Amino acid sequence: MMTSDIFKTTLPVMFGYIPLGIAFGVLFQELGYPWYLATLMAVFVYAGAAQFLIVGLLAAGAGLFEIVVSIFLVNSRHMFYGLSLLKDYGAWGFRKLYLIFGLTDETYSLLTTISTPDGLKRQQHYLTITFFNHTYWVLGCTLGALIGSTFEFNSQGLEFTLTALFVVLVMEQWKKIRQVKPFLIALLAAIIAMLISSDHMLLLSIFLSVVLLIGQNIKGIRDE
Amino acid sequence: MNNYEYIALVILLSMLATFATRIFPFIVFHRHKEHPIMAYVSKYTPPMVMLILVVYILKDVDFISDQGVYTGIAMLATVLIHWWRANPLLSIFSGTFLYMLLLQTQWLG
Repeated sequence: MMTSDIFKTTLPVMFGYIPLGIAFGVLFQELGYPWYLATLMAVFVYAGAAQFLIVGLLAAGAGLFEIVVSIFLVNSRHMFYGLSLLKDYGAWGFRKLYLIFGLTDETYSLLTTISTPDGLKRQQHYLTITFFNHTYWVLGCTLGALIGSTFEFNSQGLEFTLTALFVVLVMEQWKKIRQVKPFLIALLAAIIAMLISSDHMLLLSIFLSVVLLIGQNIKGIRDE
Repeated sequence: MNNYEYIALVILLSMLATFATRIFPFIVFHRHKEHPIMAYVSKYTPPMVMLILVVYILKDVDFISDQGVYTGIAMLATVLIHWWRANPLLSIFSGTFLYMLLLQTQWLG
């Protein structure tokens, strides 16, 4: 497995992150900030939904406390992501901290679905994927802020790559696990969450699904 | 506080808030990696999250609109191609290409 093979694995994320990053950059520079601040945000914050939220909050002149609390709430679904990677991220060190820093929805999806090929260290494999994805996001955000609204290209619909990526990853997860249970629980959790609040559906449904998952099999867990 | 100090603080604090959510399980469950509940939860969380992400990304699509129909067709194509060839890149790019084609040519008129 060469780096070029890992690059291929991350291609769908590239086609999703670059247009999405451009959209962020365009919105961000409309606030009147220099382009490199969009780059800095992509490098150091590295969160999709949260960065769009920051643009909205900055435009509204929100206070620092309000911004921090909003970002924390929007990203709190990530609290559940690490659960599946506790053992796979290796020993504590800079590499592990970077892997944790870069744990976006898309990176989590790739890492938990694909398996590390023989002859490659898992941490190295994960680091390369995480770094590639991070790079796409930084490129997209920077490009968007640089070209602003001056540049038009017909990428309309390109955002479907992320939809297609998640659809394919559901199918790959099915092949791995071959059980209806997690999918039924997730669907139920998603429906309940949508009924409660469409805006907070992502966090709510992930939380609910983990609660339901543990709740429906509290006695049988040790036998799994 | 001038505007640059403000935006610098926004970036720093947003970074910390985001990182805090991502590192949370690694710190809280660091000593419980081998616990049976952790093994159970870590096994089933990825398929659940993946399905939830699909629902999430589709939740604002109006499936009765033209764009909704294009989304439905492109998703079906992605699933069928993936079923047939089991090649993730091929399925994702064919689905996306079809979606862009339908959308940009306004196929339904």
